[in-house]
Amino acid sequence: MTAGIGAAIVILALPAATAALLSVLPSYRLSAAINVASAFVTLLAAVSLLAAAPQPNAYILVDDLNVVFIVLNTFVGFTASVFSATYIAHEIESGRLTPTHLRFYHAMYQFLLLSMNLALIANNIGLMWVAIELATLTTVLMVGLYRTQEAIEAAWKYFILGSVGIALALFGTILVYMAARPVVGEGVQGMLWTSLIAHVPAFDPALLNLAFVFLLLGYGTKVGLAPLHAWLPDAHAEGPTPISAVLSGLLLNVALYAVLRFKLLLDANAFALAPGPLMATLGLISVVFAAFMLYRRRDVKRMFAYSSIEHMGVIVFAFGIGGPLANFAALLHMAMHSLTKSAIFYTVGQVAQVKGTQQIADIRGLTVTHPLLGWSLVFGVFAIVGLPPMGVFMSEFLIVSSTYERAPWLALLLGFGLLVALGALVLRLQGMAFGAPIGSRAPAKASALPIVAHFALVLIAGVYLPPPIVTWFQHVAQLLR
Amino acid sequence: MKGLDFDVAHLLAGGLVLISFMLLYQNRLYALLNVFALQAVVLSLSVAWQAYVQDANHLYVTAAIAFAFKAVIIPLALHRIIAELGIQRDVENVVGVGPTMLAGLALVALSEVVMLRIASEADVLAQEDLAFALSVVLLGMLMMVVRRNAVSMVVGFMSLENGLILAAAGAKGMPLVVEISVAFSVLVALVVIGVFLFRISERFETVDAHALDRFRGDQR
Repeated sequence: MTAGIGAAIVILALPAATAALLSVLPSYRLSAAINVASAFVTLLAAVSLLAAAPQPNAYILVDDLNVVFIVLNTFVGFTASVFSATYIAHEIESGRLTPTHLRFYHAMYQFLLLSMNLALIANNIGLMWVAIELATLTTVLMVGLYRTQEAIEAAWKYFILGSVGIALALFGTILVYMAARPVVGEGVQGMLWTSLIAHVPAFDPALLNLAFVFLLLGYGTKVGLAPLHAWLPDAHAEGPTPISAVLSGLLLNVALYAVLRFKLLLDANAFALAPGPLMATLGLISVVFAAFMLYRRRDVKRMFAYSSIEHMGVIVFAFGIGGPLANFAALLHMAMHSLTKSAIFYTVGQVAQVKGTQQIADIRGLTVTHPLLGWSLVFGVFAIVGLPPMGVFMSEFLIVSSTYERAPWLALLLGFGLLVALGALVLRLQGMAFGAPIGSRAPAKASALPIVAHFALVLIAGVYLPPPIVTWFQHVAQLLR
Repeated sequence: MKGLDFDVAHLLAGGLVLISFMLLYQNRLYALLNVFALQAVVLSLSVAWQAYVQDANHLYVTAAIAFAFKAVIIPLALHRIIAELGIQRDVENVVGVGPTMLAGLALVALSEVVMLRIASEADVLAQEDLAFALSVVLLGMLMMVVRRNAVSMVVGFMSLENGLILAAAGAKGMPLVVEISVAFSVLVALVVIGVFLFRISERFETVDAHALDRFRGDQR
């Protein structure tokens, strides 16, 4: 048990200490190396939580649900730091960033990992809120890193929408406390997740309902659900690419985790409204809306940002449908989407760096000029649109088929959205990957290792999921009902 | 709940809603800042009263932060920013004052209906407090929607936040209130610094659709 507590402390304290160190370290090469090393040790500590989870106390909680998020979070955090180490040095050479910017960037990177880990591991819903707020602030600063007009506009938009979102989430959190107070008493017990879930059947259902509406809208803004998604494409397109990968692969999941926690509360109260239909509706709107928006995109990072909205929609939809199979598929889809989408952003980042543009029309014939990048992009797009045999195919197949059992019409709509998105992405891919090459033929500077590693995992998961992982996911899916 | 305790809390919370309405019809930036400072003063009084009534000393810290930060430092900083950046002193409204006020009334009615019906099991003070707090939150959002100017959007966000602090202070015995108000202050400080450093004076809206396309990255 003490080992578990130690690991939990490491995944919080190490990023904090590293952030402090990196903020004073002038050499960006050394900083990048320390960034990678620290992210790696954090990953090891997170993996050790799988073996020995600590007992929940007043501050931290590690259960079967959030440990999945924590391991995924630290893994992508690590590979993104490897990618960033090779990618960001080139941004200095091309003069887009200065060493001072990079010092800030590396410190903020660790701070972001810290706040995301804290949001996932916190047992206190107030602390979770503070952590998500900090993560928002950090990413706002990172999105505006390039200081161009577009980057600042994107950061400002993200800031305003994100702030309103977390403000609504705080109101929801206060309402949850108000609902809990008559039952569990005043003070910190009313905000501890473990005591909330134990006593939730006796809470006032009307207060819980209202709280959930605020929480879903608030954290849903951070997830990027459709009517509230406006910040997401700008933030992804204008920030540094490693941050686009972290935003898509991780931060959206953290906000989703918060929504899931509160969904569990409502599920456990027999008189509260069922949260499923609300989530399924928002998810479905996101899928269909994002699928159509994909067609008109001309900026490659922006296009994949819309694809992230689509996939978050799929995941929220599946959790909303509920039931062991849909929950299992949603968890799997979340993991597969994180891995695939961050690898796509690594690829796209390198492409944009080599070609000096993010415009889709100015990127042609990648498979000829840069075979590795080009074919990675082809693989990534095939994986993300859900073609077999990749992991996303399996999870989407499970989601559609489990929905078909319960609500055939919804399955039809979902399948339609997925097909529309497939069409859009493959259409744009053709031009970028094939055709007569234009633009620079200079070799890519950044490491391809993270891309290959992610795609290998996605492929393996699609072909063969090891039984222990399946049992684990099934167990969590049961937990979620 | 004793009569006087309740009446004073009620008066202060109601005052916050009233000032939110005053914020909606200001058409000069400096006047807007002054009204906002007034709201922050009333908020800190309200939180201090809650601290006294609930006998919760940590709430005095929140009240002090609200007063020092939002009634003094932020309005002064924004005054200087407006002067230094030469921002247009008139507030540009997307929607006219009349419809805005009507929408505000509708939002207050909505929050009263929702909260008074829902929180019937909670004690009366908390119930009324939450209804007022939700009104302030919604009016703050309304202000962010109807204003074009970046400074008045920031003011709208801060008044929204005042509503949240009111709700948190009214929730008896709620932990982390001080931490949350500090976290919010950091957020607001960064917004204000952002406005200053990057000279954001408009909401990036322009009648020139070409410029908009460029921002969206969709131009070819």
